[in-house]
Amino acid sequence: MSDTTTDPKSPHSIDRVVIRFAGDSGDGMQLAGDRFTTTSALLGNDLATFPDFPAEIRAPAGTLAGVSAFQVHISDHDISTPGDSPNVLVAMNPAALKANIESLPSGATVIVNVDAFEERNLAKAGYDADPLGDGSLSAYTVYEVPMTSITTEVSKDAGVKPRDAERSKNFFALGLISWLYTRPIEATIGWIEDKYAGKPLVMEANLRAFKAGYHFGETAELFESSYEVRPAALQPGEYVNITGNTATAWGLIAAATRSGLPLFLGTYPITPASDILHELSKHKQFGVRTFQAEDEISGIGAALGAAFGGALGVTTTSGPGIDLKSETMGLAISLELPLLIIDIQRGGPSTGLPTKTEQADLLHAMYGRHGEAPLPIVAAKTPSHCFEATLEAVRLAVKYRTPVMLLSDGYLANGTEPWRLPDLDDLPAIDPAFATDTNHTDSDGHQVFWPYIREEETLARPWAPPGVPGLEHRIGGLEKADGSGNVAYDGPNHERMTRLRAAKIAGIASDIPPTEVDDDGGSEVLVIGWGSTYGAIAAGVQRVRARGHKVAHAHLVHLNPFPADLGDVLRRYDRVLVPEVNLGQLSRLLRAEYLVDTVSFTQVQGIPFRAAAMEAAILQQIGEASPDAVLANGTATANGAEGNGTAGPTGPTGPTGPTGPTGPTDPTGEVSD
Amino acid sequence: MTDLAHADGAPIPAPVTTRKDWSSDQEVRWCPGCGDYSILSAVQMLMPELGVRRERTVFLSGIGCAARFPYYMNTYGMHSIHGRAPAIATGLATTRPDLDVWVVTGDGDSLSIGGNHLIHALRRNVNIIILLFNNQIYGLTKGQYSPTSEVAKVTKSTPFGSLEQPFNPLSLALGAEASFVARTHDLDRKHMIETFRRAHTHRGASFVEIYQNCNVFNDGAFEQITGKEHRSDMLIPLVHGEPIRFGPEAEHGVVLHRDGSVEVVEVADVGESALLVHDEHRDNPGLAFQLSRLSRGPYEPTPIGVFRDVDRPEYGAGMARQIEEATAKRGGGDLHSLLRSGSSWTVE
Repeated sequence: MSDTTTDPKSPHSIDRVVIRFAGDSGDGMQLAGDRFTTTSALLGNDLATFPDFPAEIRAPAGTLAGVSAFQVHISDHDISTPGDSPNVLVAMNPAALKANIESLPSGATVIVNVDAFEERNLAKAGYDADPLGDGSLSAYTVYEVPMTSITTEVSKDAGVKPRDAERSKNFFALGLISWLYTRPIEATIGWIEDKYAGKPLVMEANLRAFKAGYHFGETAELFESSYEVRPAALQPGEYVNITGNTATAWGLIAAATRSGLPLFLGTYPITPASDILHELSKHKQFGVRTFQAEDEISGIGAALGAAFGGALGVTTTSGPGIDLKSETMGLAISLELPLLIIDIQRGGPSTGLPTKTEQADLLHAMYGRHGEAPLPIVAAKTPSHCFEATLEAVRLAVKYRTPVMLLSDGYLANGTEPWRLPDLDDLPAIDPAFATDTNHTDSDGHQVFWPYIREEETLARPWAPPGVPGLEHRIGGLEKADGSGNVAYDGPNHERMTRLRAAKIAGIASDIPPTEVDDDGGSEVLVIGWGSTYGAIAAGVQRVRARGHKVAHAHLVHLNPFPADLGDVLRRYDRVLVPEVNLGQLSRLLRAEYLVDTVSFTQVQGIPFRAAAMEAAILQQIGEASPDAVLANGTATANGAEGNGTAGPTGPTGPTGPTGPTGPTDPTGEVSD
Repeated sequence: MTDLAHADGAPIPAPVTTRKDWSSDQEVRWCPGCGDYSILSAVQMLMPELGVRRERTVFLSGIGCAARFPYYMNTYGMHSIHGRAPAIATGLATTRPDLDVWVVTGDGDSLSIGGNHLIHALRRNVNIIILLFNNQIYGLTKGQYSPTSEVAKVTKSTPFGSLEQPFNPLSLALGAEASFVARTHDLDRKHMIETFRRAHTHRGASFVEIYQNCNVFNDGAFEQITGKEHRSDMLIPLVHGEPIRFGPEAEHGVVLHRDGSVEVVEVADVGESALLVHDEHRDNPGLAFQLSRLSRGPYEPTPIGVFRDVDRPEYGAGMARQIEEATAKRGGGDLHSLLRSGSSWTVE
């Protein structure tokens, strides 16, 4: 944040700020963060968000386990991550303070709801002494605001019970932060009026709390100044702020519209994938059918049945759900029918970390089925990119008559960023090209339909949904004779079919773009990632370049098959660094495929990489020591050291060998991201 | 099944077919003497009578001996994976209301590995016809006990006898809110055809249990009731609106006791007016449930025919209706507006 304004009465202009709203999981922190984000988006800031909440819906109030947080990074320039560490923490109770204080750099601002800092809450959070009074927060600028009491006070004469009125304190906090960062309040007022139109008392309490928070900032003379973050110079166009899950759902509707296929989602609720079901179920006017199945198996089974009938069959899941779907994926591979499996990855194994992000399903996507059972894998890299990635996955599924796995993750699913809306005419064409006629003359001279005669170029078989006379045919999970599709057990045919299925998927390499490399020329180090590490890698690369070093970045959207030129790209660099939120899965694939000595850099803490960790890891590959915090710290208020132990070494991960940087590297602060 | 129509709305009748038209060119590979053959021929004989189109007919199956059925029907078909056919059929039937979707399954396929899918397809009342070939044994895996095998059954996997209480498939279906429940057996082609016809007519999920003899691993399991010489004494034909009675001279009957239980009696002892009159359409499934448990196994007088046939909203039709309503209310989907349904802003 650079301070460019000197007049104490007008807002100080800063280039970026990271704010974290934290409270009990019932405190409405996600809502407050979301509203702040929307307002900032409408103001034209670039932004990125990171909601971080517990798996329990209502963990015991006041405890560390129950803390829910929403981090938003707003900026007047292009950014790609939700920020390594907050400049401002809003803590609604002692637990929220305790759970987050360690991620704050010295000098950060802490705004606490002082009403919640009483003995019982302090004890529940595990504080022996009140941190507001014992000097432990001296490194921070702390503002004590009586949020609960003001919120209840202002609604006293509105007929709202004090207990209910208190629940509006998230709007008080939102109002206060809105003043502090000079956000216009009209949009949120309109939103409250609209959202709570059916509950006039709740609406009134929320409005009063929101306005009270705003006016508190203005009149309490607690804060020296307010701040403004000017609009970013984004590419001209129309924008919305979008989560990965919404972008995925809209991508499915777009794919259905583009292909003319009716959309059928068969799914079973599971965090963090359920929001795709919720979103799609709202849009029945697009002919969307959503089926909440009895289990994960039925979800994908129904989707496959719909695909057999000529629909765009889709299933969504996460975590253990993907294991349960493996059997039906194998059938879909054998049937060679289009099907989309969307995996919103989360921490595993087993139930693991249901609400936290991870990238550890890549090898499952690649190999998690019995038999030789390849399928294409597409991975989204940012929340808004989920839209494009979904369309691409559907394109491949329909064109090659194959199940396709689309990988997203918890971070992309719930995180948001501004998305420049595409021109609908630019979306890819998707032609179902259903079979309309017989395709073979049998030994008796009859025209017949053989379901496994392949198109020469794509090796795809015909898609022949029921309804066309003369094309009646039977398919199944037993091995099929090449061509006729009749049950065939003989070895040579099985080998031919196995190789044909593999060749069909491998051949997709010629139908996808070459590897896109961001290289400013002369780099010896390539950072290659996939999925949601995009933002952190891009930010890390930017920081390294800002120090005058050269580094290249490639980010894979297609993980099976890889782009045709990937091997050549990898061999152009002396060192290839592969950051992943797993124990080195892409790294293994690259080594196996290209015999390239990749360096795996991994972390599995349920959170995305920090840009600072990425920067340190890249610098280590370049041969530079980690930068000194003071030298790097270009701005007065930038984040200081954030003891980043997060980027630990991958340790004994086998073939990935010597790994990423270990240490308490960072540093810096936000040079540019 | 949606009829095809000319431009002026006049329906186009399905072409006249024969049994041969419905038989595929694949060699049938069940064991010689298997009960499956007679079920296949009953279905192939029924099809021309139904006046339906081959291209609008789909047979789906899971895994097991019965599951080979689709290969032998000259229709669209899928031989899928163990137990999952009702799930696959749910996706197909709800997206393609113009199709007749038949699910062919066995006692292992639908009552063991696929139990969950079966009960939920019935509960949702998906428009499918489920033919459950019950032979009380695992045939394809060569002779292990199944979820319908009797207690103490000695099989390859239970050399000291099975310890498990079997499912009563009809009781299970009724408990799963099935709207159509019937039973027939593989030795009576005419009864099979009539039962299948009724199942086809019903809108929603139709469940038909077929007592089917596995002559290799469980030969004669139903012989005591389905054998020609035993039938009149041991099979109780259920006829809607008629008193329930059976026997060569219709001398046996079924009465309903005040406690809700049913019992086989001699008509001479109670008088005809005391007999229970069968009502397929009773809203309450309780009586059908009692009838499903009248016999403890295929060695006591056992009711066959339609136990229950009630109207209940069909799942796919409900889905279609919600789409129609949403479309009528909001107009067809417009992608341009969808992308702007939240707050959007413009950067110049």
